[in-house]
Amino acid sequence: MPSARPTTTPDERAVVRQALSVSVATGLYGISLGALAVVAGLSVWQAVVLSLFMFSGGSQFALVGIVGTGGSAASAIATAGLLGVRNGFYGVQLSPLLAVRSWRRVLAAHLTIDESTAVATAQPTVRLARVGFWLTGAGVFVLWNAFVLAGALAGNALGDPKRYGLDAAASAAFLALLWPRLRTALARYVATGAVVVAVVLTPAVPSGVPVLVAAVLAVVVGWWTAREHAHPDAEDGEAR
Amino acid sequence: MSPTTIWVTVLAASAGCLALKLAGHVVPGTWAAHPRVARTAALVTVALLAALVAVQTVASGRELVIDARLPALAVAAVALVLRAPFIVVVVLAALTAALLRAAGMP
Repeated sequence: MPSARPTTTPDERAVVRQALSVSVATGLYGISLGALAVVAGLSVWQAVVLSLFMFSGGSQFALVGIVGTGGSAASAIATAGLLGVRNGFYGVQLSPLLAVRSWRRVLAAHLTIDESTAVATAQPTVRLARVGFWLTGAGVFVLWNAFVLAGALAGNALGDPKRYGLDAAASAAFLALLWPRLRTALARYVATGAVVVAVVLTPAVPSGVPVLVAAVLAVVVGWWTAREHAHPDAEDGEAR
Repeated sequence: MSPTTIWVTVLAASAGCLALKLAGHVVPGTWAAHPRVARTAALVTVALLAALVAVQTVASGRELVIDARLPALAVAAVALVLRAPFIVVVVLAALTAALLRAAGMP
């Protein structure tokens, strides 16, 4: 891996440092995902397979949350999938930057997540962007999966999850994932609307459905406001 | 859910997520780079996460419940305002709920 090579410029050292700190921070909260997964009813193996193959924190927390609250398989799959749509948009940005083919492209796609995209697209040169992407992607992959396993084993041993506040940890995890996306007023309105919709619908419809209805609301608002602000200087800095 | 249903859910959702990632790397970027599409996708992510915060905090099955999760979420929000790292936010929320429950809150 690039970390074994001598780094020559301050820029390179900076991107390596950034990649490692992001990997450690992200990896650590894999503990909470692992613990929540077994508490929700997944086996340790299921938690591990989920992390290895889905490898997208938001989607994983969503799937585990919906399974844990008794939602249907269909709503769990749909919510995890919808949350995964943004990774597709990251891929559109990353693909010309990375310029890889065949199995490397599949690997790059699998490592395309919030963190690797953020580090890659923050770099001033293509070379640094590639180093940032691969180092962050690989670093998060290794640490995230290791800590999910640790969390799943710990969660199995803990017993009642509520005693340790693990249900509140899941709320906080979603809030922390949401937080950096609330920079525009429109995003804050949509978030508020989604909360209202989810709370109002919870007693009325099956578990998992309120979240999907909130997503439909966002599609309507997104489409409609894009028409309203059709002039070229309309701000939309959220789709990084 | 039965263990088999959970396996199907895990594998189908994982396949879907990987397919979406691959699609982004393979399809030509012009369609997805359209501002309206990109903006709508970003808002969908916001709405899903916000709805998940709400459901995870006040829902218990199909009932609405106010319990230790709500003050724990408030502590998490304060931690986020103070720019605490992700793991600190999560641990503080868990700790708050655990302490409140030890003190007798549901």
